[in-house]
Amino acid sequence: MREALFEVKNLKRYFPAKNGKSVKAVDDVTFDIFKGETFSLVGESGCGKTTCGRTLLGVYPKTDGSILYEGRELGKLPKAEAKRFKRRNQMIFQDPYSCLDPRMTIGAIIQEGMNVHFKRSSEERNQQVTQLLYKVGLTADFASRFPHELSGGQRQRIGIARALAMEPDFIVCDEPIAALDVSIQAQVVNLMIDLQQEMGLTYLFISHDLSMVRHISDRVGVMYLGALAELADASLIYEKPLHPYTKALFSAIPDASRRGGSKNRMRLQGEIPSPMDPPPGCKFSPRCPYAQEICRQQTPALRELEPRHFAACHLAEQLA
Amino acid sequence: MASQSQSLLQVRDLNVSFQTYAGQVKAVRGVSFDVGVQETLAIVGESGCGKTVTSKAVMRLLDRSGGKIKEGSQILFQGQDLLALRKKELNQIRGNKISMIFQDSMTSLNPTMTVGKQIMENILTHKKIPKAEARQWAKELLELVEIPNPEMRLKQYPHQLSGGMRQRVMIAIALALTPALLIADEPTTALDVTIQAQLMDLLASLKERFHMSVILVTHDLGIVADFADKVQVMYAGTIVERGSVEEIFDNPRHPYTWALLSSIPGRAQASKSKLYSLQGAPPDLLLDLQQCPFAPRCRYCMPVCKKAIPSQTQLSESHAAACWLLHPMAPAVQAPAGIGGTAHA
Repeated sequence: MREALFEVKNLKRYFPAKNGKSVKAVDDVTFDIFKGETFSLVGESGCGKTTCGRTLLGVYPKTDGSILYEGRELGKLPKAEAKRFKRRNQMIFQDPYSCLDPRMTIGAIIQEGMNVHFKRSSEERNQQVTQLLYKVGLTADFASRFPHELSGGQRQRIGIARALAMEPDFIVCDEPIAALDVSIQAQVVNLMIDLQQEMGLTYLFISHDLSMVRHISDRVGVMYLGALAELADASLIYEKPLHPYTKALFSAIPDASRRGGSKNRMRLQGEIPSPMDPPPGCKFSPRCPYAQEICRQQTPALRELEPRHFAACHLAEQLA
Repeated sequence: MASQSQSLLQVRDLNVSFQTYAGQVKAVRGVSFDVGVQETLAIVGESGCGKTVTSKAVMRLLDRSGGKIKEGSQILFQGQDLLALRKKELNQIRGNKISMIFQDSMTSLNPTMTVGKQIMENILTHKKIPKAEARQWAKELLELVEIPNPEMRLKQYPHQLSGGMRQRVMIAIALALTPALLIADEPTTALDVTIQAQLMDLLASLKERFHMSVILVTHDLGIVADFADKVQVMYAGTIVERGSVEEIFDNPRHPYTWALLSSIPGRAQASKSKLYSLQGAPPDLLLDLQQCPFAPRCRYCMPVCKKAIPSQTQLSESHAAACWLLHPMAPAVQAPAGIGGTAHA
């Protein structure tokens, strides 16, 4: 049996907005993350995938629902445990240019967290920094450089080294490759896969690059307007998507191996509605070509339609 | 020749450099290519390879950013040398016969002008017609690019529109006077996939409808496969390989093209297996080229590659690559597995 690291139930995160309204960035989401796997959240901008990742780590307080970490409620951890949680759960960011302090050397950036969580002499720390730099494929002399001297790919490696310095077992990777060139993307993804296998890391991989997600993930969750539309093993969801939104999203991927594919593409009309007042019923219904009366009235639950394959669609059986 | 009369744009030996404190950055080095009537040419490559500079040079948009097009470069549009034109003559072509769509619609549109004014601006610059007529024209353009409620949108400012909608407005401005050539520089990079798909479909249908030629600058090989007729792969300011879409995707011959194609995870590739990744970095553009620019990163590099620049080897009428491996005396090398359906041909 797979052991769950995180169990997320009915998680909600609303942000207050003007006129007493609220932005429902994450609205009733339920999923598990198992130890040692790569779980990916995909979806278009504004679908709530980043908020979901941040709420998981406690960066944002949750509005409602529960997050169990190794079986215990996250908000109720004793103080020492909460500190340990922060150390063991790290994050890598999208923009390697703005997530490193330009006035600190690389060595100082990597060490900063160590000073908070470990009691180490400065010698030990420097040694640790050197080891970490090698681990992410750089050399020891990077420690004395500043972020502006580094390329985007190198900076992203520093971001990874900084996360690894905390000896984590879970890392939220928020669009770690979106700002990089294709050949650099491949390098960073290879590094992430190597580190996972070497150190038994668990990843929450947040991305809109669907072909990379297919490559790196064990399981994939597709989000739309704050809710999960579909959740399944990567192989299942790519081979046989069940939710109309997933189908549309996957068929929109321009694919170098499928030329002239635009003809049999499923086209979506319109754009994502505002999460400030989402449509009633199924949130995808205004754009869904199959929508019927029930879709506009009742919110579909995430149901296990096939073993380990969940989708939130009233009509999934009919459309399959 | 028949093929010559068909070509709309001919670029010959284009050299562009930028003067910086560190010295002269040679961003584009001796690039020549043609764009035929109603043809879509895709320029692909990594950041800094010169693809954007090449496209901006065609519009002569580099003067302000300090870019110098060197003597001896030629850009012929409908037989007319754009580099020899005076500013006034040039302005009659720009925005009228050649138009451009930029990557970032938020910074390319004027935030202090309504959408309607910005579309009308381009029309009124080139046509002497009453404002009301231009306004009607602008409204029709918004309908053309499938923006719902055009009457209302005309009065709105760019910040009131979504990213996809702003990019549609840019297309409307670019197409206002039905140009013969449209240059699209990363038109969908900042957008989500479903919106990207909508926009590329729109561009494809408008291209058919107005019989336009398109230069598509992108790093997304998926879009290229879907949309382009011809592809040219750029590296360090030079064209390393050119060909039809079929030739580039089914039978690529340059190791850099192989590297680009294999860094995207394919459908057939096992999950979590190693992706091919190119080591090292592109050469310093401050230096003159003495060797094949790709040699330091190329896994097939031979002694000759570090001694002389390879010339273009013509493989078919449309397909050419600049690589010493294609020399008759070079050893035979197979493309890496998984690339090119017809590698054995």
